[in-house]
Amino acid sequence: MSENDLFYTRPELILSFSSLFLLLIAAWFKEYGRLISYVAIVPLLGAGFYAFTILTNEAFEFGGDAFFGQYRADGFSSLSKLLIYGAAAITLLIAPRYLEKKSAMKAEFPVLILLACVGMGLMVSAVDLLTLYIGLELNSLAAYVLASFARDDEKSSEAGLKYFILGGLASGILLFGISLVYGFTGSTSFLAINEALSGELSMGATFAIVFVLAGMAFKISAAPFHMWTPDVYEGAPTPVTAFFASAPKVAATALLVRIAGEAFTSQIGAWQQIVIVVAIMSIVVGALGAIGQKSLKRLLAYSSINNIGFILIGLAAATQAGVAGLLLYLIIYVVMTLGGFICLMQLEDKDGNMRSTMDDVAGLSKHKPLLAAAFMVIMFSLAGIPPMFGFAGKLQVFQAAVAADLLPLAVIGIAASVIGAFYYLKVIKIMYFDDPANVIVGSDSKSLIWIGGILALFISPLGWLAFPTMLEWTEVAAAFLFVNG
Amino acid sequence: MIQLIAFYAFASVVIASAAMVIFSRNPVHSVLWLILAFFNAAGLMVLVGAEFVAMLLVIVYVGAVAVLFLFVVMMLDIDFAELRAGFMKNLPLGILLAIILVCELVLGLGAMRAGSVELGQSISNATPDNVSNIEAMGQLLYTKYIFLFEAAGLILLVAMVGAIVLTNRKRSGVRPQNISDQVKRRPEEATRNAKPEVGKGVSL
Repeated sequence: MSENDLFYTRPELILSFSSLFLLLIAAWFKEYGRLISYVAIVPLLGAGFYAFTILTNEAFEFGGDAFFGQYRADGFSSLSKLLIYGAAAITLLIAPRYLEKKSAMKAEFPVLILLACVGMGLMVSAVDLLTLYIGLELNSLAAYVLASFARDDEKSSEAGLKYFILGGLASGILLFGISLVYGFTGSTSFLAINEALSGELSMGATFAIVFVLAGMAFKISAAPFHMWTPDVYEGAPTPVTAFFASAPKVAATALLVRIAGEAFTSQIGAWQQIVIVVAIMSIVVGALGAIGQKSLKRLLAYSSINNIGFILIGLAAATQAGVAGLLLYLIIYVVMTLGGFICLMQLEDKDGNMRSTMDDVAGLSKHKPLLAAAFMVIMFSLAGIPPMFGFAGKLQVFQAAVAADLLPLAVIGIAASVIGAFYYLKVIKIMYFDDPANVIVGSDSKSLIWIGGILALFISPLGWLAFPTMLEWTEVAAAFLFVNG
Repeated sequence: MIQLIAFYAFASVVIASAAMVIFSRNPVHSVLWLILAFFNAAGLMVLVGAEFVAMLLVIVYVGAVAVLFLFVVMMLDIDFAELRAGFMKNLPLGILLAIILVCELVLGLGAMRAGSVELGQSISNATPDNVSNIEAMGQLLYTKYIFLFEAAGLILLVAMVGAIVLTNRKRSGVRPQNISDQVKRRPEEATRNAKPEVGKGVSL
């Protein structure tokens, strides 16, 4: 172990140590859960700062390996980490009030979020199958507990159990794939696997790739491995759902890109068709499944399946431009999803109960014009309608797909996004043109209103101001993937 | 020669006891047969020179998993009176199993001294010379894989925190006994004089 190892793993070290420290505090000061949650944002900022340095400082252009090539800190992992930490920080800001209301707040909540962040950090920095799996499990285990955090709520317990069992199954599939990869290549390091797989691909190695991809597809809830998503997203407490839909998705997607772009680069043909099929299926299933939904929470769950499909188009291109587009889409997606769930959390009736069905929001624009406007921006953005910033992500991935001669994929994707636009527009129509239901009085939480407003502004046309910076970052991040592809 | 005999002995007992796990009518017996199967599988592992896996089988599977199974099985609705009635009848079987276990242990140890069975050609030597594989594994875990080893520790921590968070809670509506409150109580707090008017009653 050298100094470099500790230098590059600083974000994880900060988060692990502070989570242990906060765990001790939580054991003695049980009733200060909200305060501990806010304090837990500080280590996230610290870790984010180091990730930001590596992303923007040219001295780290090539990134750095730590611990015998099991961990890599580079632009790609740092950009993903920034997104993850950001999403986690927002979750920590919005969650305590909601959980207290459900009398489910415990001082361990921020600790679990921090530990999940450590796991996700490992995932995006993984350049070894072992790091990959350990990061994934660390994140998943924390997520299972978080899903059933409101344990007196039946739906929350159901969500936790469902997530746990199906997640365990997916981990098994992934592990099976990993052991096959190890068996056929004799190494767990991504670079060595890439080298060993070049040339003729044996039948067994193809199986290995398929199993690894299937396991990862479950974690990013891409169709046909998406069936757990609506139930878990609906059952888990809303802030936790916001967290699930943002941070772990970023981590798992980044991990998938890293595997495809580093470990399996020499066999693009073997996985490209799978990714294309999964992408198209996710877009179509997400769009069709959302149409009949009455609950906005389930609708957002299907919308996240739909979005994962578009994100995968960037990967299917198997080029650096594709990965850059994918990262840009991820950034915008995280903002949209968090914004969507935060707006959802503001739907309170006069007794302080959470409402989340379509009927409740009818005519929302009449009595809560700003909230309705935020919803409108987010829905238009999710649908990818210009001039909203959500359009930028779709534009980039489709451009990359066309540039990579995947015209049919792009055409199908665009056609299916029209189906998706239908239900996004339906929500807007209900809010603006239906007779007011007058059940929503809105939340009195300032932080919800402010964060929701800022996120909505970011994906409104104003977001284009940040476009050049984000393009620059995503290009830096994607620079070392698919190098020999 | 002794390795071959040991191998066939262990292997046949594994298969037989695994079959008995399924065939025995009493779930507790099934678990006991399972333990025998684990023990013999451990013996097989010792034979191929993987003493670490053998130890894992005994410690993790026999020590933890099988005992957990036993707990679960015992929580099922089983008529234990009926079981105890059959104890004397099953005693010879129990003694027989115990004898088999002891014999196998002796056989296994003897076989290991005589060198291991070559089941197949391995690509490279898994362990450095003159180092047992537990030692070799320890050297790797605490040097090359220290990072992942520590991260795995975090996973266990999360599992522990999660289990406690989800199960440890204050129940509303229960009235637990608070002994110190009871001891501190004085007569003047507990009683009061009242002089109720006729027909009005007292308020409590």
